[in-house]
Amino acid sequence: MSSEWPLWEIFIRGQHGLNHRHVGSLHAPDAEMAIRNARDVYTRRNEGVSIWVVKANDITASSPSEKGPLFDPSNSKVYRHPTFFDIPDEVGHM
Amino acid sequence: MYAQLVKSEGSKSREDMTPEEIAFQDRIDRNEKIEPKEWMPEGYRKTLIRQIGQHAHSEIVGQLPEGNWITRAPTLERKAILLAKVQDEAGHGLYLYCAAETLGVSRDELLEKLHSGNMKYSSIFNYPTLTWADMGAVGWLVDGAAIMNQVPLQRTSYGPYSRAMIRICKEESFHQRQGYDIMMKMCAGTPEQKAMAQDALNRFWYPALMMFGPSDKDSVHSAQSMAWKIKMNTNDELRQKFVDQTVPQAEYLGLTIPDPDLKWNEEKGGYDFSEPDWTEFFAVIAGNGPCNAERLGARVKAWEDGAWFRDGLMAHAAKADERARAARHAAE
Ligand SMILES: [Fe+2]
Ligand SMILES: [Fe+2]
Repeated sequence: MSSEWPLWEIFIRGQHGLNHRHVGSLHAPDAEMAIRNARDVYTRRNEGVSIWVVKANDITASSPSEKGPLFDPSNSKVYRHPTFFDIPDEVGHM
Repeated sequence: MYAQLVKSEGSKSREDMTPEEIAFQDRIDRNEKIEPKEWMPEGYRKTLIRQIGQHAHSEIVGQLPEGNWITRAPTLERKAILLAKVQDEAGHGLYLYCAAETLGVSRDELLEKLHSGNMKYSSIFNYPTLTWADMGAVGWLVDGAAIMNQVPLQRTSYGPYSRAMIRICKEESFHQRQGYDIMMKMCAGTPEQKAMAQDALNRFWYPALMMFGPSDKDSVHSAQSMAWKIKMNTNDELRQKFVDQTVPQAEYLGLTIPDPDLKWNEEKGGYDFSEPDWTEFFAVIAGNGPCNAERLGARVKAWEDGAWFRDGLMAHAAKADERARAARHAAE
């Protein structure tokens, strides 16, 4: 029979209250085994306090060729950054 | 280095490149990382699959010579340490297989190519580990040589490969230190124990030098790989660095490097040393080293013996999926 185990993307929350972060992927027959394997593959040195596993096939990614149309529009909106505004020193910290 | 003879595609001059290829090379020259779904030349993709695959196979096959001593480690502590080290190598193999898979090759294809002998792994793992001192020599010299190669590869141009290398490098220095620690213990022991350490160094010195691959003058595939930043240093550069780093460490142990021509060269600021026997190297790569058949045999057996188990878990997962779907259906 032999069919390859599906691929899972692994996300781990580190010790310091940060978001879950993608750390890599692995093959496992189901979600439960994916978590067990992720524990051994990606947290051998206390790298995490929580694990998410997502089937790689269930992830929809933006396409590299759309990089321009997707991200360029925000380039011109410099006023989104606080440094765009000149606030006089007398006003104090803002 | 774990990928010793990676065949690369021929290099192209800028005039012969398509506009896409020029844009790609410019990104690499700007140190931008190339990510999986982005356009890349077919040769870049193929060379990387070969190199990362060979690297992954080396991590996995590399567990065997050390696995040989897990049940016979001299103390429970040494056993636990060696077990953790070998488990790390399994992890390294897995990080790298996943990186290779992002280039459009499947895990099963990679394993099939290893098992059929179409893909190689590092020559170093075809040497036997005869005594406990070999665990010291392997950690110190083999992991030491691997680190030499892997540290610069953290800056390689392919994103997933670079990230795998960063994880791996974080874990490697434990490997080298545990090996050197074994050597220090042996060298501080009885004359017999020290003789074992010397014997291990004698047997592993030249095979370790071979890990960096053939001499630059015989290394035909380097130019394109270096332009693509999937090879960061030449074989001879890394070998020289390794020798310069290792000789003082051997001196500290009171051991002798098995090379009568080894001597400090003030002018170049490094040691002069003897080349390994390249005929032996090519014989080992071609499958005729002392342990090739045993190593590959062990891999193939593990894969075949595990087939029923892998299939069983898949069948279980499919059934559980089916049950969950039926339950959802009934609830609607
Ligand atoms: Fe490793
Ligand atoms: Fe290692």
